[in-house]
Amino acid sequence: MSAMLEVAGLSKTFGGVKAVQDVSFSVAKGSIHSVIGPNGAGKTTLFNLITGVYTPSAGSIRLDGEEIGGMRPDVLATRGMNRTFQNLQICFNMSALENVLVGRHLHLDRSFFKAMFRLPAITRGDAAAREHAAGLMEFVGCGKHVRAQANSLSYGVLKRLEIARALAAEPRILLLDEPAAGLNPKETVEIDELIQKIAATGITVVLVEHDMKLVMHISDHILVLDYGRKLAEGTPAEVRANPDVIAAYLGAA
Amino acid sequence: MNLANSRWTGLGVLALVLALLPLALPNNFYFDVANRIAINAIVAVGLNLLIGYAGQISMGHAGFFGLGGYVSAVLTANYGWPPLAALLVACVGVALLAYVVARPILRLKGHYLAMATLGLGMIVSIVITNESWLTGGPDGMVVPDFEVFGLRLYGEQTWYGVFAVLLVFAVWVALNIIDSPVGRALRAVHGSEVAAQVAGIDTTGYKVLVFVVSAVFATLVGSLSAHYGAFITPDKASFMHSVEFVTMVVVGGMASTFGAVVGAALLTLLPQVLSGLEDWEMVVFGLILMTSMIFMPRGLVPSLQARFTGGAR
Repeated sequence: MSAMLEVAGLSKTFGGVKAVQDVSFSVAKGSIHSVIGPNGAGKTTLFNLITGVYTPSAGSIRLDGEEIGGMRPDVLATRGMNRTFQNLQICFNMSALENVLVGRHLHLDRSFFKAMFRLPAITRGDAAAREHAAGLMEFVGCGKHVRAQANSLSYGVLKRLEIARALAAEPRILLLDEPAAGLNPKETVEIDELIQKIAATGITVVLVEHDMKLVMHISDHILVLDYGRKLAEGTPAEVRANPDVIAAYLGAA
Repeated sequence: MNLANSRWTGLGVLALVLALLPLALPNNFYFDVANRIAINAIVAVGLNLLIGYAGQISMGHAGFFGLGGYVSAVLTANYGWPPLAALLVACVGVALLAYVVARPILRLKGHYLAMATLGLGMIVSIVITNESWLTGGPDGMVVPDFEVFGLRLYGEQTWYGVFAVLLVFAVWVALNIIDSPVGRALRAVHGSEVAAQVAGIDTTGYKVLVFVVSAVFATLVGSLSAHYGAFITPDKASFMHSVEFVTMVVVGGMASTFGAVVGAALLTLLPQVLSGLEDWEMVVFGLILMTSMIFMPRGLVPSLQARFTGGAR
């Protein structure tokens, strides 16, 4: 398997705080790659660097060999990258379905003049996109909320809705920031199954997650961060046996 | 589906009201009020795309409105241009101006954006007031009639036809934009800018686009209203006029195109209706606005819609 995402020597400082320091790793195409670490380890910062929300202070990020460090998120979306957020980023001024349609943006006719006069290209494109979006909501398990307003949905449903929105863009690589956070055990199992279903469609998944059971169960590869640095890396079994990881999580003996 | 249905019903009702209204208007004074409502409504519909849907404030749209009027006035009165050419130049010119200032201005958010747009409106207003060799200064200037292809638009009733058609067209265009990929991108900018970006939406680009579009709406009717009024003064570009436009959008209902129309109608009518109260006019006017915002914070149309349909829309 070839590396799809390669991160080398990546650092980000906020004033005097070194949130991410000299982190290097690579993500194999079609794999499920998890990033774990205690709170404040720099996991979300790492995600924000990879997805263009933050600009790296140093280091390189390559997607399929192309340097993408510092590119804007909307540019990265055109390269096939998409993500979800730890603290939900749902457009509450729209319906649930429209949120998924927002994710479809790049695949639709975005001509302003066609939109202004509502030419047939727009109506046809929108009709097809609505059907596609409804199908995605079904796929992620919130099919019965197709007609709902986003602000009437529960947290667990919104988490799935974000995933549906990300999938609507047909990404090649999908970064999920704590998809199971705040979910009950039953919902967590469902998310576990959903992530595997997504990976089975050929999408490379990078995951930040605290739920160890979930992480150990579905990951092909795990990266452990602590205080912004790479602490360990390997398969779930390797990481579980690594004394440094145990020390970081349970405290040194 | 729901949106598509409400679009045609709303547009149909609006067209019907505008078509039947002349039967109920006894004289030109009432036609004049109706025309002013339509003028304000078109500006409000455009401004609502910016404020209500894309979530960006502008406290300077009267500047664009005034520019539209003055470009037309100066070019037709001082230089003898045909009015249609002057109108087009005004629209293209303001679109360019809006495009150039939008990028730096729209980096700002919330109060800072309000301040920057306010400053922009004030600059326009001050320039118009001070360059009296060109604009007649605070005294204003006379604007010739609008003539196109040998057809002269004159009188309240003729103009009523023009503004009514334009209003229906503006509402139709606004509804089309909102229910399209472009419109969803605009609403996503409001809902969650970072989510919009991640979805591939160039948020800055869309903010600039909607700012320019709403500015052109204001310019277009600003220009026509100058011809209609046959006279223009700098208060058309004043800060207070900008505030009036924003109030129309907010009172009528943010993110509701028909709300903008209702808001414009209400804010244009109220001073007329209340003028009998003389000294108390502004007090009652203010009280009505305050109570409407306290009891219907989402604006008239969305609040009433929610009450009658029980839905969230």
